[in-house]
Amino acid sequence: MELFVSEGNPHCLKVLAALEVTGVQCSVQYVNHEERVVPFLSRPTLPALLLPTGLHLFSSNAICRYLFEVSGQECSEFCNQWLEWEATDLQPALLQALYMAVLQGKGSEVSTVLQGPLKFLDQSLSKGGMPYLTGEAVSVADVVLWAALYPVLSDSSQALGEHKSVNGWFDRVASIHSCLSAAQKVLQGKGLQGMKSYMQRQPAPQSSQGRNTQPCNCNPIEGEEGERAFSEEELEAAILNWSKGLSTSPLATDRQHPILPQEGKRNILVTSALPYVNNVPHLGNIIGCVLSADVFSRYGRLRGWNLLFVCGTDEYGTATENKAREEGLTPQLICDKYHAVHSSIYKWFQIDFDFFGRTTTEKQTEIAQDIFWRLHKNGFLVEDTVEQLRCEQCQRFLADRFVEGICPHCKYPEARGDQCDKCGRLINAVELREPQCKVCRQTPVIRSSKHLFLDLPKLETQLEQWLEKSTSTGDWTTNAKQITRSWLRDGLKPRCITRDLLWGTPVPHPDFKEKVFYVWFDAPIGYLSITANYTDEWEKWWKNPHQVELYNFMAKDNVPFHSVVFPCSLLGAQDNYTLVSHLVATEYLNYEDTKFSKSRGVGVFGDMAKDTGIPADVWRFYLLYVRPEGQDSAFSWADMALKNNSELLNNLGNFINRAGMFVTKFFEGCVPVMELQQEDKKLLALVGWELQQYIQLMDKVKIRDALKHILNISRHGNQYIQVNEPWKNIKGGDTERQRAGTVTGVSVNIACLLSVMLMPYMPEVSQTIRNQLNAPQSCVSTMLQGNGTFVCSLCAGHRIGTVSPLFQKLEADQIEALKKRFGGQQTPQSAASTQPAAVPAPAAAVEVVTVNGVDPEKAKQLTQAVAEQGDKVRALKAQNAEKAVITAEVAKLLDLKKQLALAEGKSPEPAPQKGKKKK
Amino acid sequence: MALRELSSLEKYLGLKKPNKYSTQGDKKVPVLQNNNGPPMLGLATIACHLAKEAKRPELLGDTAESRAVVQQWLEYRVTKLDSCTKEDIKFILKDLNLYLQDKVYLAGNRFTVADTLMYYGIHPLIVDLAIQEKEQYVNVTRWFDHIQHYPGVRHHLPPVVVLKNRIYTSRHH
Repeated sequence: MELFVSEGNPHCLKVLAALEVTGVQCSVQYVNHEERVVPFLSRPTLPALLLPTGLHLFSSNAICRYLFEVSGQECSEFCNQWLEWEATDLQPALLQALYMAVLQGKGSEVSTVLQGPLKFLDQSLSKGGMPYLTGEAVSVADVVLWAALYPVLSDSSQALGEHKSVNGWFDRVASIHSCLSAAQKVLQGKGLQGMKSYMQRQPAPQSSQGRNTQPCNCNPIEGEEGERAFSEEELEAAILNWSKGLSTSPLATDRQHPILPQEGKRNILVTSALPYVNNVPHLGNIIGCVLSADVFSRYGRLRGWNLLFVCGTDEYGTATENKAREEGLTPQLICDKYHAVHSSIYKWFQIDFDFFGRTTTEKQTEIAQDIFWRLHKNGFLVEDTVEQLRCEQCQRFLADRFVEGICPHCKYPEARGDQCDKCGRLINAVELREPQCKVCRQTPVIRSSKHLFLDLPKLETQLEQWLEKSTSTGDWTTNAKQITRSWLRDGLKPRCITRDLLWGTPVPHPDFKEKVFYVWFDAPIGYLSITANYTDEWEKWWKNPHQVELYNFMAKDNVPFHSVVFPCSLLGAQDNYTLVSHLVATEYLNYEDTKFSKSRGVGVFGDMAKDTGIPADVWRFYLLYVRPEGQDSAFSWADMALKNNSELLNNLGNFINRAGMFVTKFFEGCVPVMELQQEDKKLLALVGWELQQYIQLMDKVKIRDALKHILNISRHGNQYIQVNEPWKNIKGGDTERQRAGTVTGVSVNIACLLSVMLMPYMPEVSQTIRNQLNAPQSCVSTMLQGNGTFVCSLCAGHRIGTVSPLFQKLEADQIEALKKRFGGQQTPQSAASTQPAAVPAPAAAVEVVTVNGVDPEKAKQLTQAVAEQGDKVRALKAQNAEKAVITAEVAKLLDLKKQLALAEGKSPEPAPQKGKKKK
Repeated sequence: MALRELSSLEKYLGLKKPNKYSTQGDKKVPVLQNNNGPPMLGLATIACHLAKEAKRPELLGDTAESRAVVQQWLEYRVTKLDSCTKEDIKFILKDLNLYLQDKVYLAGNRFTVADTLMYYGIHPLIVDLAIQEKEQYVNVTRWFDHIQHYPGVRHHLPPVVVLKNRIYTSRHH
């Protein structure tokens, strides 16, 4: 049993008193207020008692109660009542009183706040007529209440009025030696002031509590950052770094392709989940894999790691066949078309792949078939017969998505072959009632078909051994570990690796020659084949687990395929493959408050981002700022505008621009001589500390958290300029002018550091800053080495280039227009609810069924027109316009809808509102 | 509200003779009028009293440790949960989610009064959650769903539909 306490924390006084009074054996550990002892609480909570079972108690009253019980004194109902009263009534008042007395210096008002509870206590004691709260002997209630009140009641400066019974009781408990000695330990004889550091970390108490009251807007981190104290040694170290200057080590050379693992270097292979080719990626896809992987890769290259970043489009599978049918093209042509679309989107977002390939290549067939034969030879494949639906009319087995029918569970009439959209249950296609082929609407028949399964249960032990090692040594995100664990906990089952499809890697086994590999088996092999298309020496990366660290980036839905299924394929193939060392999975990014949906036209898709006129770097910044790291997050237009205007424009951009402008305007474009004073040294140490945090976080792929430290630095910088006012000093005497020079010089060097730290996030802006500052190329590699060193890279006399603003304001009307444009049918106004059928949702069937006259381009324009007309009608209704006017506009709206329906290939009757459709 | 909770708890415990309650103060602290002694104050205190009255002491925990855990969550209910601000809700759900990760009930493997009172107290928070948030706090929703379907617990509260967690896209199945 172990008790964790911190000095100056009044709650710890309770438990220490209880410990002394009961004499229970328990080791006591003093920790900082900020220490998070209880693993499941996100805020530091002390005291905490680690129980023999491994569980933590985190409530001081529960701890006291427990200590009393194990010493043989059970808590009576009367005791319970006092403890509950202490927690619900006395504590809120005490907290407020202590806050006033300790932090606000308003000791005189303390008695007002405590009047009520003290009166209640006094009356109860005098009515009871007993020496202690619950009787003749000291109970847990006495110890808890006494300890809670000790800080205020023992302070003689507090005139708390006459509470005769309270005073008598208080003195009686205080005469128990162990109580006072506990108080001494916690308050260190400093009285109320002994609690100052604790109270500073508490949120300001609210006068009236409750769910509906606004949370107090105090800034809990205030003071923590501004006052971060550095020791003399730390300051000296910062100065030493600063004066080191740029390293003379050879400049980071340009990449020489092909990049291959090198002896003695950190060799890192980065993959981003392969985006599926049949659709345009949305922002959630982009942040989840390619953008996150890009930031990390850029960072890794800056750190001097030998790094290869590959990705490509995943092109085989049913969905491609669907799309081909829909667009009247061959699957290959569809892949060619969309591969180009993907390439251009990623290019626009400045995703710096070393190679962006695709899965429909000969190498893919070669490698997939090799892995297949190895698994076969090693006995990890088993045969089984599967019942499947076959459409006689279309002459083929129907993949799950090609069948629709009545859900066997909830009777929903449009359940898909793999899942019901209404009840969410997974369905085996043969269980569907009244199944229909989605292409020709005929009833399919059940046929059995022979398939091959990967024998996952046979590989389970091997997998677990590897996972144990990889997850403990590598940086796996929590969700990746959890999802993997849950898969293993449920037990692995054999997984079918073959499909009755045309568009896929052919199964080379003669008994299965009509079949192709299932996409989950095939797609991850794409990483290998794409690398093989990049270099013939691909095996140096993929069959080299001792030299290579593999990072997989993905969204969480992809985790099991990378942590369980694909590793099993590779382990079973037994060819010394490189398995994933660090699995980095994001949560989901939502759009405003809904999901991205292509079919509903909701959200921003990769190809549209550039049409917004907002630069790619700003998109990158915002997406990384809201990266769903650890929890889901949401893209919001208003927030994007806010972050652009507050963080990029007013914080980061403003600081860098001011620093540069001072050099240009006050010092003819040359960095002035700097004579560092104590304040400057503190700033150097602070900036150096932020840089080190940034590096620690980036090394652990905490991309969003690291970004905050960049913004912190420019905040410190702005404050520094604001306090030192170089624009005033420059007009003063020599000393003042010297001061202006130092401040300007330090600031412009911080700007240079910022450009380096920004490089992975905003490559173009970063380059622009360095161009404006005319910064030497070597500043990049120097500052990001080791733990991170903030050096003076622009020395006195250095001539900078032309400085100009980096960011533009995003205006409210501009954002409003964008929000409208990408909101799809999700009209944000409340009016929408009064007219639910105003805009029929285009059925998802549009994506599949080909009808003459379908014109997606026109449909897009019409959708927009319908939405605008709908708004107009609602506005008129809201204004109570004349009926004739409304009728005319409604007629127009109906006509537009009819045209839209035709353009989408549906019957022009208004479609009934359907359930949510899969994108 | 607290009084309806107590009456639901009485029904769950199968107490035949309903007790008399009143409330006290702005915060409407429940008070149990007791014929044999002074009135009893406070939701958690009264709940524990009822469990004893119904001769179900195991509902307060069967070991010293679990008794302390039960009391801790009862206190959490009447302090943290009942006075939480909008900001706190996220933390409460996050913490509870982590806590419940490896537990069936709040005090481990046994149903206790803590489950009942925490369920009553957290109900308004869960009602307000969006589907995605329910997915996010999957352990809380699992526990919540379990308790609301625990025989005889729900009574005065409407059931909350807890949606399934669809983690995996259909493409891979």
